Amino acid sequence: MARTSERAVIVGAGLAALRGAEAMRAAGFSGPLAVIGAEPHYPYDRPPLSKHVLAGAIPADATTLPGIHGLDADWHLGNPAIGLDRGRRAVLLADGRDLPYDRLLIATGTRARPWPNPHEGRLAGVFTLRGRDDAAALRRALAAGPRRVLVIGGGFIGCEVASLCRKLGLPVTLVEPGPTPLARVLGSTVGAFIGAIHAGHGVEIRCGAEVEWLEDAEGRLVRAHLVDGSRIDADVAVIALGAVRNTEWLDGSGLSADPGGVDCDASGHVHDTDGQTDPRIAAAGDVARFSHPLYEGRRVALEHWSHAAAQAVHAGRLLAGTPPGEPYGALPTFWSTQGDLVVKSAGLTEGADAVAITQGDPAAGRFIALYGRAGRCIAALSVDSARWLPAHAEMVAAGAPFPPHGAAADRPKAIKILEPGFS
Amino acid sequence: MPDASLLGQVKDFANRANPYPVYAKLRETPVSRQDDGTGDGTWVAATHDTIARLLQDPRVSSDTQPPADRPRTGNPLTDLIVKPLKDWMMDRHRVFIFRDPPDHDALRAAVMHQFSRERVQAMRARSDRLVADLLDAKSGAREIDAVDDLAYPLPVTVICELFGVPREDEPKFHGWATQLATALEPDSLSDTEIRAKNSRTFDAIGGYMADLIKDKRKHPRDDMLSGLANHATPEGAKMGDYDLVATSILMLVAGHETTVNLITNGLLTLLRHPDELERLRQDPLRAPRVIEELMRYEPPVQFRTRRTLSAIDIAGVTIPKAADLVLLLASGNRDAAVFPDPDRFDPDRTGTRHLGFGGSLHYCVGAPLARFEAEAALTALAARLKAPRLIEDPPPYRPGAALRGPEHLRVAIDGIA
Ligand SMILES: Cc1cc2nc3c(=O)[nH]c(=O)nc-3n(C[C@H](O)[C@H](O)[C@H](O)COP(=O)(O)OP(=O)(O)OC[C@H]3O[C@@H](n4cnc5c(N)ncnc54)[C@H](O)[C@@H]3O)c2cc1C
Ligand code: HEM
Repeated sequence: MARTSERAVIVGAGLAALRGAEAMRAAGFSGPLAVIGAEPHYPYDRPPLSKHVLAGAIPADATTLPGIHGLDADWHLGNPAIGLDRGRRAVLLADGRDLPYDRLLIATGTRARPWPNPHEGRLAGVFTLRGRDDAAALRRALAAGPRRVLVIGGGFIGCEVASLCRKLGLPVTLVEPGPTPLARVLGSTVGAFIGAIHAGHGVEIRCGAEVEWLEDAEGRLVRAHLVDGSRIDADVAVIALGAVRNTEWLDGSGLSADPGGVDCDASGHVHDTDGQTDPRIAAAGDVARFSHPLYEGRRVALEHWSHAAAQAVHAGRLLAGTPPGEPYGALPTFWSTQGDLVVKSAGLTEGADAVAITQGDPAAGRFIALYGRAGRCIAALSVDSARWLPAHAEMVAAGAPFPPHGAAADRPKAIKILEPGFS
Repeated sequence: MPDASLLGQVKDFANRANPYPVYAKLRETPVSRQDDGTGDGTWVAATHDTIARLLQDPRVSSDTQPPADRPRTGNPLTDLIVKPLKDWMMDRHRVFIFRDPPDHDALRAAVMHQFSRERVQAMRARSDRLVADLLDAKSGAREIDAVDDLAYPLPVTVICELFGVPREDEPKFHGWATQLATALEPDSLSDTEIRAKNSRTFDAIGGYMADLIKDKRKHPRDDMLSGLANHATPEGAKMGDYDLVATSILMLVAGHETTVNLITNGLLTLLRHPDELERLRQDPLRAPRVIEELMRYEPPVQFRTRRTLSAIDIAGVTIPKAADLVLLLASGNRDAAVFPDPDRFDPDRTGTRHLGFGGSLHYCVGAPLARFEAEAALTALAARLKAPRLIEDPPPYRPGAALRGPEHLRVAIDGIA
């Protein structure tokens, strides 16, 4: 157990920060605990931003996470950390103050990758979507009834926004340089199935296409010019190009960190650039890169809500002095609500050499895709079939043989092994 | 080696009043192979975790029914031509509780679409009225039978009104419901006499429903059968006549004896826990908690059966392909890993994860309705029975081990308020 005179600092004030702080307190840490947040808000939930908030079902500020006021902590909000001095054991804040620590949790998450041209990125009508304020602004723009919405990037957030626009009755075009939406994470085979469902709901999908520049009239977006010379008239554009990890503030700290994350060892402690762990510091959530025991120790940084929460609990206990038990290695799970479509996954698709539809029918808009690698199940994805996911998640966690044999409800007569289509 | 005779003990009528000690023994092995008189045995899942997992395992099928085989009549024309045709139709239009996706889902979606909140909510007020009338009819009595006087008549009337069955035809349904209740008892399948009786009842009710559906097509009203007969689901599917007849019979059967048992098990449990009866009397708003705890503690459906489509590794055993499976819901409800002090009746438990309505894709369609009916009955009984005393404890039980409940529940009273 940590001595009570020790001070804890948590940098970042998102989901992982909150769960980490709660876990430290629950594990008996009773010293002063400070939470530092770049945004002026208490920790809030991001998944609803691209769903209920954009749909207008709840206001953006209704997303604050529960449990904040019961927590014994000092909040430093709207005051980002700009540096870490491990020699002096202090976090440097933007307002010039130093916060000394004995235990430090790094939970700074990610931010939206900006549009490469900063001038165009600042035009009225051009949005990114990461924070609560972004969501509130985009919601206002959608509620104003734009003539057409352009979504740039066909990852999860892009697909969520595009399908939601259709639910709102707005014309929408999704531009994705890859062969299909979601191709990077799910491969183009499954990406094509999901893309077809969105297309069926009226999302205009332009794959293999790239936006070259955004044209404005008096500072307002009017159209996008594509590399192939075509144009798309739109008064709202949502830049959904993925995320960049917030690690700049660690520059010069000697920790092993880059835009892909900050490196941790199996227990959750961070590495320095010499590969030594710093036992006073742990990282959790979207910013943490770690070796996943279920995936032959491959280094991964996940952007999954349930992972951020679970890993933060693990890190919080660790910092509170609970001896590290098992390395953190929960099966990664993820969900995404795209219009009325509910997509869920268990495991990591990366490295899959085969995929099979084991239940349902992509043409009917509901199915399970099971991903295999070297004859083992490594990930499962459900599209409007979440009830079947737990049984598949068990197969993934157990590394069951791929393809699965034997019959199952709603299983195609013969399971076809498909090329997953990762480029 | 786990004791393989435990499933036999579950079915043994001698254990009907209190099967829970046998369940506790079964839980010592989360999934065990039990003797069932066939060489293959039946696999029983007895813990909360294994039941919940198997309920949503795609290798587990609800298609447990043998092919239809209506009794022969001796008339060659009927036996050679009509029987195979009818058997074929019955198999094709089997009720969705015994079907797997995707067929199951389409039929269920159509029902859910018509089982709207407003419709169920409307039956709530009606249930209160019906219960009041049934109790009024016993005013002055010094003894009631909670089964015959209240629990039995209520659900049939409710489902008839929900469907829009004309009032004068309702008595027929009471008879049909009683006979068909045996259809959900797994062992009834092997009893040719019960099967013969059931198929005659199916013919009778099926003929009646087919006519009623025709009428609902011609003169649609604001009732569930009119809705099912005339409106497509949002996915655009509309039920054909045969499926509609089968589905309406399913609703009658699935919602009848189950609800009867919930009400009688409820009164029985409250009479065994007089402090809880008194608390409910003083605070009728406790009813929802009491009912959820009853669904855990004395669930009307004790177990459901399934078949495996392929082999399944679970809890250290391998259930082979094509095995018979029993999901012992009532045992999962007494699993200490999920419910601390599981054998205590405690309506103040939080986080209800009982398996009394099943789970996953076959989760009970009628759960909200059943809850309202039980709420109406139990709050009224608590409020109006003066000094109720059990005359027999345990009361006599009906034969069923799966749909388990008292045959009669005689209660001495000082009157009805
Ligand atoms: C629109 C949207 C929809 C999503 N939908 C889903 C979904 O459906 N399912 C799912 O599984 N996941 C979803 N996610 C991902 C999920 O929200 C993240 O995995 C989760 O928020 C990660 O939590 P975190 O605490 O690690 O990081 P964040 O939530 O990013 O929190 C980090 C916090 O640190 C702050 N910060 C950054 N730098 C500094 C600094 N230098 N000093 C102080 N504070 C700093 C940031 O302002 C931020 O508040 C979604 C994300 C977004 C943006
Ligand atoms: C207390 C009363 C009730 C209990 C305990 C109960 C219990 C159950 C259970 C355990 C199942 C799951 C079956 C399985 O998994 O195989 C089920 C399914 C079902 N119940 Fe109920 N039920 C009750 C009342 C009702 C009522 C009132 C109705 C109808 C009006 C109803 C209609 C159904 C139907 C149609 C199914 C099949 C669902 C499917 O297969 O998708 N039930 N019920």
